[in-house]
Amino acid sequence: MKSGVLGKLYGSDVIPLPIKASADVLERVDRLEVPFNRHGIDRFGVSKAEIARGYTVARWFAQSYFKTSVYGVENIPPSGRAMLVGNHSGGVAIDAMIVLASTFFDMNPPRLAQGMAEKFLNRVPVISEILSRMGQFTGLPEHAVRLLEDERMLLVFPEGARGTAKLYPERDSLVGFGTGFMRLALSTGTPVVPFAFIGGGEAVPTVANLVQLGKLLGVPYIPVTPWLLPLPRPVDLQLLYGEPMVFEGTGREEDHVIRGYVDQVKARIQRLISQGRALREGRLQESELELS
Amino acid sequence: MSVLITGVSGKIGRLVATGLVDRGMKVIGIDRRPWTDAPEGVELHRVDIRKRGAEDLFRRLSPEVVIHMGTVTHLMHRTPDRYRINLQGTRAVFDNSKRYGTKQVIFVGRHTYYGAAPDSPLYHTEDEPPMAIDAFPELADLVAADLYAGSALWRMPEVDTAVLRICYTLGPRRHGTLAAFLRGPRVPVVLGFDPLFQFMHEEDTATAIICALESRLRGVFNVAGPPPVPLSVIIRETGRTPVAVPEPLLNLTLGRFGLPRLPKGALEHMKYPIVTDSEPFRAATGFSPAFDEDATMRAFAEAGRRSR
Repeated sequence: MKSGVLGKLYGSDVIPLPIKASADVLERVDRLEVPFNRHGIDRFGVSKAEIARGYTVARWFAQSYFKTSVYGVENIPPSGRAMLVGNHSGGVAIDAMIVLASTFFDMNPPRLAQGMAEKFLNRVPVISEILSRMGQFTGLPEHAVRLLEDERMLLVFPEGARGTAKLYPERDSLVGFGTGFMRLALSTGTPVVPFAFIGGGEAVPTVANLVQLGKLLGVPYIPVTPWLLPLPRPVDLQLLYGEPMVFEGTGREEDHVIRGYVDQVKARIQRLISQGRALREGRLQESELELS
Repeated sequence: MSVLITGVSGKIGRLVATGLVDRGMKVIGIDRRPWTDAPEGVELHRVDIRKRGAEDLFRRLSPEVVIHMGTVTHLMHRTPDRYRINLQGTRAVFDNSKRYGTKQVIFVGRHTYYGAAPDSPLYHTEDEPPMAIDAFPELADLVAADLYAGSALWRMPEVDTAVLRICYTLGPRRHGTLAAFLRGPRVPVVLGFDPLFQFMHEEDTATAIICALESRLRGVFNVAGPPPVPLSVIIRETGRTPVAVPEPLLNLTLGRFGLPRLPKGALEHMKYPIVTDSEPFRAATGFSPAFDEDATMRAFAEAGRRSR
């Protein structure tokens, strides 16, 4: 379908922001492996036109507002089911947007990463609409299984909201990982691509989280920065993808077995974080990276 | 073969009855509403499904198949009678079917069984429990009737029971929940939400029910047609104008300014999708819809223009 027609039919009023998709983003959307129907919508409601508009904005953030350096993007499978699993940081989940932008702009052909979103997001007007049309669904096991069986790529932050709540001094640490992603990876035979995101804590240096105020507003917490609002600073960001990890099993293993696998993923992510931190501080060269 | 249809005078009931007569079957229709131009081959009885008159029909005519669609589904209809018809009526239909040797009972239910909620998944499967009944108590009796019908699978294993959870219907007859919602020129939407809606052409709905009969379906099945479509697209393609209302103001505006009236619980259905996976039904019956989403929306919109 012509982009002009698409823009006219689906672009103008689904997401109520005056954003126009740029032509090269539209061209990349056409190369996604997502099976869009003649309405420019897939069977999950992902909209071609909204993807194009959303990624036009995401690119500006990833490449112009922030300076994102991406390493090891070749470690992401070019097609078929996959799970990107990484650390969460930065108060307001800018990391999710940067990862989405990197699989879309740095991979050829581009891939659509589909995040498993926090439940509260779907309750928020406009956010609910944007996430639905861009394929960022509530993190339910049913969604994960269905998308993986459709050979899609998931984006998972096993730390959940605990991850984005890290305060500035803890920005590169890892808090407790959920284990649900590992059971799903095992039961669906999905490779896990570990990644590390560095700079979220610098972009939104959280000094405190207001949990009570968050409750009132229907969100887990409100992060507070030295300038009060959780508006991100334009900092450099590093994103490192490690080689895929494949685990054999059924997903019905005992908890301690699953926990062991999760710890392996967590350790890989921790190593990637350390290397990313060293890169950021100039203690390591790109040629010295070990992403395996 | 003789087929007894409850609620035969409804829009879908008439289509099913006509389809069965065309296939050479004898149709015994039960409804309290009239159907004046019923085709030959449909024997209409204006009795109450809960009363003796209906039981007498089972006794005298021993229908081989019963299609139970005599439920009150209109959500603004909230008399105590509604609960009696939906629950005691369903019970009477199953009791009579068992007592008088019916071989198959098809319960025509709705996909709204699953409920709409922010944390409910896309593509529901039949094993899921009903959710969000607390948010939409108006649906409780239909959910209960659905589960009651499903329990016939173990209570009366000698009867093949099929429970169909059918998605919204749309088409030239402009009948049903979604059609009523889209009837006026202006359609309310909740600002910042754009749920997917799953609908099928009314003739496909009738075909699906007939497919369930022809393949002697047994079990609980979702029934859907073309892929789901965002509400914004439905509104546009049917020539309506969306009126985006912030959620807190919605209850003040419904029923006014040319917007439809809706029960309070319907709000969640305007925010979150109910989409079902109907692959098992298709695999079991070979059903495939004749109308895609565009043809269905067009049929609905064109019939509206003609009637105005």
